Amino acid sequence: MSEAFLYTVEVFLNGLMAGVLYALVALGFVLIYKASGIFNFAQGVMALFAAMTLVGFQNGQVPFAHLINATFGLHVTNFGWNLHSVVAVFLTVLVMIFLAWAVQRFVFRHLVGQEPIILFMATIGLAYFLEGFADLMWGSEIKTLDLCWSAGHCLPQGGNFWIEDMTAGLGGEGFYGFFIDSLDIVAAVVAMVLVAALVAFAQYTKQGRAMRAVADDHQAALSVGVSLNFIWILVWSLAGFVALVAGIMWGAKSGVQFSLSLIALKALPVLMLGGFTSIPGAIVGGLIIGVGEKLFEFLIGAPFLGGATENWFAYMLALLFLVFRPQGLFGEKIIERV
Amino acid sequence: MLDQAEGYTTADGRRIGPVVMEMKNITLRFGGVEAIKDISFDIREGEIRAIIGPNGAGKSSMLNVISGFYVPQEGQVFYQGQPRPPMKPFQVARQGIARTFQNIALFEGMSVLDNVMTGRLTHMQTGLFWQSMWKGKAEQEETANREVAEKIIDFLEIQAIRKTPVARLPYGLKKRVELARALAAEPSLLLLDEPMAGMNVEEKEDMSRFILDVNDEFGTTIALIEHDMGVVMDLSDRVVVMDYGKKIGDGTPDEVRNNQDVIDAYLGVAHD
Repeated sequence: MSEAFLYTVEVFLNGLMAGVLYALVALGFVLIYKASGIFNFAQGVMALFAAMTLVGFQNGQVPFAHLINATFGLHVTNFGWNLHSVVAVFLTVLVMIFLAWAVQRFVFRHLVGQEPIILFMATIGLAYFLEGFADLMWGSEIKTLDLCWSAGHCLPQGGNFWIEDMTAGLGGEGFYGFFIDSLDIVAAVVAMVLVAALVAFAQYTKQGRAMRAVADDHQAALSVGVSLNFIWILVWSLAGFVALVAGIMWGAKSGVQFSLSLIALKALPVLMLGGFTSIPGAIVGGLIIGVGEKLFEFLIGAPFLGGATENWFAYMLALLFLVFRPQGLFGEKIIERV
Repeated sequence: MLDQAEGYTTADGRRIGPVVMEMKNITLRFGGVEAIKDISFDIREGEIRAIIGPNGAGKSSMLNVISGFYVPQEGQVFYQGQPRPPMKPFQVARQGIARTFQNIALFEGMSVLDNVMTGRLTHMQTGLFWQSMWKGKAEQEETANREVAEKIIDFLEIQAIRKTPVARLPYGLKKRVELARALAAEPSLLLLDEPMAGMNVEEKEDMSRFILDVNDEFGTTIALIEHDMGVVMDLSDRVVVMDYGKKIGDGTPDEVRNNQDVIDAYLGVAHD
């Protein structure tokens, strides 16, 4: 096999892996949008907030340390312990559930029945509030995220040697095998499990059925005894959990830092492709964007256009989709009967 | 004929029980407009109670008051003898009051069976944790409730479309699926908002038969709204007549038919 072809395959595989991470963020968007019609601009910041909270718990950081020190003239920064990762994840999940409750109680409960644009603006406000709040609570330094479930068993870092060794023989002298980040493989597996679990939850449980009912028709859902408030808190909690998973994967890859919230923007073209209301769509859309931008950069961008096409390729693709297939690949068809 | 505590026996020999739902001096305003003006009536166990009146009489508003979608400014609702505090619609549903809508509110993306199963939600008690485990408690509950849903589906003769997404069904069948969903809740009071609106004669006859069968088979108390007088008179045990938000008649179909105010309202005599 020619080396050019093998490199293309490698780029393709890496694109697939990057796409999984986009899909994870997009998934959170879809959950909330389906159930409440709210386009949650804060989904990316939620991922950031979740990752920061997780690291904060792990390192035994004192929350609001700056505020406490400035107010009371103290110098506390650390409790002096390191929490086990599993405990920290559990506590972070609780925080995300609390966040879901608070968002519902203090923001969206007061906006029931408002225009979509107003709900959207509220989520922009929420995004900036949460970003500032995360800063105040945990500080703004870049932190590394290492998730270990037992001594020596952590989220893997770096290339996967097994895959490299197995594929090294495919090419000639200069080909050393496919380089694929082990973390990306973990992320892909986690994403698959997560999606399967979410779909099963929605299809086969009582709360899932209620969730689908609310997504379909609010009035009818009320008439069969579904509390909209409960379902919305549930959905925001699920989105918070998905944000945590996304935050862990992105954080482990590139450190927990504020630029993490910008990945939310990459989820937008993913949603344009996949459709705002489809969970499988979010996954496929994420993969297409991931593969598309990597392949485009490798085959066309770098050789002909001077590189850095990854910054805009996804948005161009989304624009094309908007023109020719506005409902996305899997979205519900927009048909208005006259 | 009407014994307050005991109820009464209908012409065809059905026993009607004590009062299930009582509306006392209900007034409902939208801004300056009075949609319902000081109306009182009751619904008894096992009866088919109709609320009729010309368009805009306030019938649907009345149904929305009973089902909790509107909260009246004045008056008191009594349910099973107890005064009912202002409630959200989902709380009313959990008390055992099921309803259908004039413009059909089904879950269009879900199958007929799934729609009917949502009607069972109020009967499913297991919490989030056990539901997520799926096996065990949640599974048993699902099976038991599924049996009830299937029974209702058989009863309303919609087995053939069990797995069909509701969006694909014709209007008449959608109405029947909505009835099935409401019935699946095994309600102590079933509210039907214009169950025969927009139907042809044949469909109306089918629906009438189903309403009578439901009442007969399950003993369900039914309150229904209709503006077509003919259908209602054959169906109902007692009728409330509304016009311009006021009650102008209340009694058996025969009593109502001979009421001068009712005749005026339907034939359009000038109000002075």
